[in-house]
Amino acid sequence: MEAVSVPLEHGLVLAALLFSLGLIGVMVRRNLLFILMSLEIMLNSTALAFIMVGARWAKPDGQVMFMLILTVAAAEVAVGLGLLLQLHHRFRSLDTNAASHLRG
Amino acid sequence: MLDLVWLVPIFPLAGFLILFTTIGKLPQPIAAAVGAGSVGLAAVVAFSAGYVFLADGMSPLTVTLYTWMNVGDFSPGLSFYVDGLTLIMMFVITGVGFLIHVYSTTNRAVFIDDEHHSRFFAYMNLFVCAMLLLVMGDNLLLLYMGWEGVGLCSYLLIGFWHDDPANGAAARKAFVVTRIGDTAMALGLFLLFLNFRTLEIQPLMAKASGTWVLGSPTLAAFLILGGAVGKSAQLPLQTWLPDAMAGPTPVSALIHAATMVTAGVYLIARTHELFLLAPVAQTAVALVGVITLLMAACTALVQTDIKRILAFSTISQIGYMFLALGVSAWSSGIFHLMTHAFFKALLFLGAGAVIFSLHHEHNILKMGGLRKRLPVAFWSFLIGSAALAAFPFTSGFYSKEPILMQAFEVSPWLWAGGLLGAFITAIYSFRLVFIVFFGEMRTEPIEPTGLSGTPWAMAIPLLILCVLAITGGWWGEPQVAAVFPEVSGEHHAGATAYITSGVPLVGIVLAYLIFLDGRLKVTALTESSLGKVLHDFWFSHWAMDWLYNALFVSPFKWVTAFNKKDILVDSIYDGTAATAAYVHTLLSQTQTGVLRFYAASMALGLVVLVAVVLGLT
Amino acid sequence: MELILFYLAAAISLGTTLMAITRTNAAHALIYFIISLLASAVIFFLVGAPFAAVLEVIVYAGAIMVLFVFVIMMLNLGEAGQRQEQAWLSLSAWIVPAILAAILLAEMVLVLSSSETPIPAQSVTPKQVGESLFGPYILAVEIASMLLLAGLVGAYHLGRRYLEETREDEGE
Repeated sequence: MEAVSVPLEHGLVLAALLFSLGLIGVMVRRNLLFILMSLEIMLNSTALAFIMVGARWAKPDGQVMFMLILTVAAAEVAVGLGLLLQLHHRFRSLDTNAASHLRG
Repeated sequence: MLDLVWLVPIFPLAGFLILFTTIGKLPQPIAAAVGAGSVGLAAVVAFSAGYVFLADGMSPLTVTLYTWMNVGDFSPGLSFYVDGLTLIMMFVITGVGFLIHVYSTTNRAVFIDDEHHSRFFAYMNLFVCAMLLLVMGDNLLLLYMGWEGVGLCSYLLIGFWHDDPANGAAARKAFVVTRIGDTAMALGLFLLFLNFRTLEIQPLMAKASGTWVLGSPTLAAFLILGGAVGKSAQLPLQTWLPDAMAGPTPVSALIHAATMVTAGVYLIARTHELFLLAPVAQTAVALVGVITLLMAACTALVQTDIKRILAFSTISQIGYMFLALGVSAWSSGIFHLMTHAFFKALLFLGAGAVIFSLHHEHNILKMGGLRKRLPVAFWSFLIGSAALAAFPFTSGFYSKEPILMQAFEVSPWLWAGGLLGAFITAIYSFRLVFIVFFGEMRTEPIEPTGLSGTPWAMAIPLLILCVLAITGGWWGEPQVAAVFPEVSGEHHAGATAYITSGVPLVGIVLAYLIFLDGRLKVTALTESSLGKVLHDFWFSHWAMDWLYNALFVSPFKWVTAFNKKDILVDSIYDGTAATAAYVHTLLSQTQTGVLRFYAASMALGLVVLVAVVLGLT
Repeated sequence: MELILFYLAAAISLGTTLMAITRTNAAHALIYFIISLLASAVIFFLVGAPFAAVLEVIVYAGAIMVLFVFVIMMLNLGEAGQRQEQAWLSLSAWIVPAILAAILLAEMVLVLSSSETPIPAQSVTPKQVGESLFGPYILAVEIASMLLLAGLVGAYHLGRRYLEETREDEGE
């Protein structure tokens, strides 16, 4: 299938919108599961931006960066979900406010 | 022979090391033998060296042991310079020093146990060594080392009986006051080094005479004068010497009468080229001398403590030496230094004998009638006082007269001041003799008295000093003319000379009428309100101690009391710590432990950061 | 035609993402998010990155999201968890995050508001990507492999303690 001439700015604005939504999710949610999901949204939006810019110059670098982001996301989710399980075990809740022992 | 002159300070140093390392182990007679013997050997070498020096035609000599240090073009050596001036000082230090050491070997003089005995002689030997370094050093650095060394020994010996806090305070006072002068002197040496890149005295003086014009060394001369007035107890740093009498009497005789306090005179004489180029400074020397001698003489007139009278008399006599230096009568000043060492050591040692016989009584008003009971002390005192009062044909007469005559050449006012001082000197010295040795006995001396009561070790030094005090001036001024420039003008025997010679006699007669004969009643004068005020004023030495306490000591104590807890410095550090702690509490408020708050903070930071970047581009 | 496809995919992505962050049921949110990822994959394909699109579907939507599913299954939050979420998602909790995100978005759009640059209709093949990965980016690949290893060890460590402690709880 032949590629289309999508305007670069529109793709990047889409990435910015998704990033903002993810940011709102991180700030609004108290459930650690939703926070992790919102983080994935933000990571995905940056990946989208990389793909867009890479496609603009028809270079493979954008996709390379996408793959690196993918590995970061995989590792982050693995560790993040492990922590989530620990949180649930300790506090019988996924509320991040419960784990506020770091208060100065 | 003259090359061996370095042995002179080595003997006392060896004595010090032996005594100091064996404190409390050597029995008293051996410690005394080591202490006196080392100085005796030094005296033998010094007198032999003097004989050779005179026989060789008095050419100055430098003996270098080794180079002390080598920094760039600055390489002061441990080297000695020997000329007429040095030799006279060496004679006084080793000769009079030896007599005083011999005197000290008797228990009666120092009256202390074995350990004290070793310690006493160790300090005394160290003093003699340091004093010899001072006068023999061929560079100002070595001189300064000896200068500080004698200061240290002075401190140690004034506070010798350290069980009494008052003695410690006196020692501290002497140390601190002389330190003020020493600081000035050190600055003077720095200044000289800065200008001439050398501290060796002879090249330095040659360069100074060659390159400096009239008036340019004024600052350096004044700084050196500062050191001299500190060490020699002249105005305005004379307040330490009367308190220094807290030390044992032989110490007072050796350090605070014969040698150390004349170091200032030696220093000025040694650097006289500077003072000749700085007439202002030289005039200051003369004025300091005259004012000091008058103030100290008036004070001595009303004191009642026998040692304090002698202390003020010492200050007064050193004032004469300063007057001599100030009027370019260099040889006469050194001459007076020498004769003063004889008769003042004699007076102090005699006073020591009196004080011991009267159970440590210092108050002359409680003495009296001791002429028959303590004949040795009496004759010592009589001869010493005669010399002190410049009674004709005693040594003091020969040395004081040329000073006053030369002062008259420079300024009649200086002459008048010196003459008034001589008049008062005659009164107070014979007041001392008449009150202590004549009249009725007020305190019974301990047995045995009479000639048999005086051990040989005490009597012989006194006898030798008596002879010296009388005959010390018969052979005229010492042979130091080669060191000093010619004195301008000639001494003419006119009316001035007769007045100068006669005034002390009038003083002695007056003292006889007032204090012995009783024919002249001065009660009306002393009982008057003005007389009382004057008496109190003079008794406190013109309220100098009070003045210094009010001006320096009290404000300093107030500052230290105010800053006792280091608030001035600590407030900076405490303030830093408090600020840090306060900022910490502020910042710790942001550590809520709530994850969403952190996320929001990061978002806010991101917003601000992007805004800043946008604003910049 | 293809341009319309792009905007459609973009709209679906935005809509499903919005749904994902507002759901109270975690499983529902996850499904919405997977749809959003699939829409992203479509966009990748459209702009000429077919390899990335495939990876997005297989790894992101397929593998990573399955991890979430496993966790949701293990926790078994249920009705109580949903009510809890409802309580937390009050309107006031939205205000500050929404304002901050809106400002940030405005700033980003401001940066991007230049003329419209069309993306050339040209595909970057998987072969090009592979050559690039194992050519100039070989070091980055190595680092990524180490990152994955660290993630593996970390996840195992955290998960093991959880399992052991759970077992002890059950044993009591």
